[in-house]
Amino acid sequence: MTKNFEKINDSLIKRQRSEKNFKLFGLIGIICAVSFLIIILTSIIIEGKKAFVSTYIKLEVFFDSKIIDPDNTKEDSVIKSANFNQIITKSILENFPEVTDRKEKIKLSTFISSSAEDELIKLIMLDKALIDQKKELWLLASSTIDVIHKNPEMLNFPEDERLIDDKESKWFQWFLSEEKIKFSTNKNFFSNADSTEPEQAGIWGAFVGSFLTLFVTLILSFPIAVAAGAFLEELAPKNKFTDFIEVNINNLAAVPSIIFGLLGLAIFLNVMHLPRSAPIVGGMVLALMTLPTIIIATRASLRAVPPSIREAAIGLGATKFQTVTHHVLPLSMPGISTGTIIGMSQALGESAPLLMIGMVAFIVDSPGSIFDSATVLPVQIYLWKSTAARGFVELTAAGVMVLLSFLVLMNTIAVYIRYKFEKKW
Amino acid sequence: MGFWAFFIIFASSAFFLQWYATNKALRFNASIEEGPKLPSLPQYYGLFTLLWFIIPILSTFLIWTIFKPFLIDYLVIQKIPVNLLNSFGGNPSLILSTIKAINLQNIFPGTKQELIDLAKYMNELKYSTSSLFYIAILSLGLIGSSFTLKKISSRFRARQSVESVNIKLLIFCSTIAILTTIGIVFSLIFEAIRFFEQIPFFDFLFGLSWSPQTAIREDQVASSGAFGAIPIFSGTLLITVIAMSVSIPVGLLSAIYLSEYATNNLRAFLKPILEILAGVPTVVYGFFAAITVGPFLKGLADSFGFSIASESAIAAGGVMGIMIIPFISSLSDDVINSVPNSLRDGSLAMGATKSETIKKVILPAALPGIVGAILLAVSRAIGETMIVVMAAGIAANLTANPFDSVTTVTVQIVTLLVGDQEFDSPKTLAAFALGITLFFVTLVLNLYALKIVKKYREKYD
Repeated sequence: MTKNFEKINDSLIKRQRSEKNFKLFGLIGIICAVSFLIIILTSIIIEGKKAFVSTYIKLEVFFDSKIIDPDNTKEDSVIKSANFNQIITKSILENFPEVTDRKEKIKLSTFISSSAEDELIKLIMLDKALIDQKKELWLLASSTIDVIHKNPEMLNFPEDERLIDDKESKWFQWFLSEEKIKFSTNKNFFSNADSTEPEQAGIWGAFVGSFLTLFVTLILSFPIAVAAGAFLEELAPKNKFTDFIEVNINNLAAVPSIIFGLLGLAIFLNVMHLPRSAPIVGGMVLALMTLPTIIIATRASLRAVPPSIREAAIGLGATKFQTVTHHVLPLSMPGISTGTIIGMSQALGESAPLLMIGMVAFIVDSPGSIFDSATVLPVQIYLWKSTAARGFVELTAAGVMVLLSFLVLMNTIAVYIRYKFEKKW
Repeated sequence: MGFWAFFIIFASSAFFLQWYATNKALRFNASIEEGPKLPSLPQYYGLFTLLWFIIPILSTFLIWTIFKPFLIDYLVIQKIPVNLLNSFGGNPSLILSTIKAINLQNIFPGTKQELIDLAKYMNELKYSTSSLFYIAILSLGLIGSSFTLKKISSRFRARQSVESVNIKLLIFCSTIAILTTIGIVFSLIFEAIRFFEQIPFFDFLFGLSWSPQTAIREDQVASSGAFGAIPIFSGTLLITVIAMSVSIPVGLLSAIYLSEYATNNLRAFLKPILEILAGVPTVVYGFFAAITVGPFLKGLADSFGFSIASESAIAAGGVMGIMIIPFISSLSDDVINSVPNSLRDGSLAMGATKSETIKKVILPAALPGIVGAILLAVSRAIGETMIVVMAAGIAANLTANPFDSVTTVTVQIVTLLVGDQEFDSPKTLAAFALGITLFFVTLVLNLYALKIVKKYREKYD
């Protein structure tokens, strides 16, 4: 007896141990998944938060009338075409009287971003009395200086591994010690479109493009999907044709997104000759992709409306169509709009099909209409990631942060609508 | 008449017609003192008139926008003088593309006068035809609605007509899903057939070398390029296998823990967090793989004294695996939850521990559903684009080494098509051949997986 008892006891200990281990494995799985999420988000935030500030250098700018307006005409066109680059170079050289070599002078002048010239022109257009005056100004630094300023450890790297040579590094450190260099909010990032210079590139153009594209997507997909969902759930007879439609919808929901891009390229661009890179085409492609999501959401929320509502309406003499449009659809609207917002947030993050229809063009202006060339937020992120310049890495991460915050916003609205308006029957 | 003028007239007349028809019906009802009134509510007469105004206009407008470019091309081709046609080698489509490239505001010096004239003619056609067309469709709509206005009488049942038109509209909206599928299949097939006219089908499917870049210039020696897709398929397979070996264990273990061990509160907290992983855009994963994971793995390998490619398959595949975790976990979670409780209770009553119940009873019972979930995830991994475009390589290496750089079907489609607008070289057409392969593989996987899951559900429902 005792022998058997010991045997069972031993195996029980073993079994309980394996029970514990199994539970631990499950927990490890969950912890892995959650920690992946945390790692992704933190690595992006660490990289991206730097892009929200940019470096400014303090210079005493002398608005020399000999350069700006030698003939004293005071005309706008003359001032606008003046060589402001020379003014900036002069004012930066004032700090370093020992620099005489031409090449070194050019190197020094590249400390300041080329957009600073426009800044000076704007300033002088506002107040012409500035001509022949001196003024202390904070000017936007170039991307290289910005990168060094944000990553000071780079100064200790050997000369060929950091972006600037020893002389430039000496000048940079002089600015630093004189406190003539500072961080300030990066306004360009929120107001500009794309640019070849990282310090001047911004997300605004892509934001407008995304907005226009999603607008087209919403206008097309919402009515069509709600109509299709209402038909299939409420009015359709059960036959082979409706079964076939259902199989198609379920399958479209799982077709790789890049295939939709090929469809857009072959039909919307090559057959219908719609404009390349335009939000109208992008919106149409994304609408086809979002349709299944909204149809499925529509059907689910129609199904949640209890049959008593329908019976009451029909009992009072409403037709089937009236029952659906006057009673069932309005009642299921919260669910449908939640599904629509989720579909829209998927469309906002989608980029592969848009690459196919040419929305990867380099565009320096924000689009004015749905027929202009445009790019969207995720494609802008892809474009910046593919650019070699060091300053774009931070911009890319910052772009990701902007995209993610819009997604969080949209999903929060969806959850809010669900909790606030959805009826529990 | 420009588009916006047309639109404003269209919208205001639509409003006016509906209002007028409703009012007419109301007046009709008011004028009858005895006897039957109108059989439907007055608003239905308004709606009926509105539909007969909108539908003819919108449908002709759609057909017009599709066929207008062809009509204009045809008219311009009729105008091409013979000597110009001869100087282009008798190819009118070549002249057309030249004309379309002419910018009338800023004509390139040295352009032939005949070409400029044709470009001006084309521009003129574009504007004159559209204003003529807008007037034509507006009058068409007005004719349609004036007929319906006349129809308002006690014999006409407007509600039935409106509802039958509306039902037809709903049916049309539902068929858009079918039209999309047909559109996908045909657009892919037509271009793929043109590709297979130049490259034999079996050379594509079983060829061992892929270098489409050589086919750019026609006078090059190896102008046909090499279009053997095996290295691409193997690369796709490698990355998919890596992704699955990350996502299946993590996703399945998470699903088991969530459905069998976690308390309700913990479950309500953890499930949305896992679903965030599915909501993160793929371009974000791609950025993460390329900027963080790739260099990290490379540094790690360097510190161990061997070198790996910076665009290694393992970086792209691993991150793709993270992306797929929520698909597997939430689908398996549903599947495990739908295993009836009687099976659990029976096993526990026999004295099995919880883990033994899971391993020996629940998982075998849920296996078909889990396989379906995994197949769906595999199809997702094969079709995933942005992660591999950003983090995997372009060179088609035939290798099974996960630390090497490989390429995938989707990467090749993107690199072949982005920035290229010519549609007669095998290089661009190859993208469509790859696309149709991708479409059919994912289609078969999806249909099979959906069938398994559906069958499984029926078994326990």
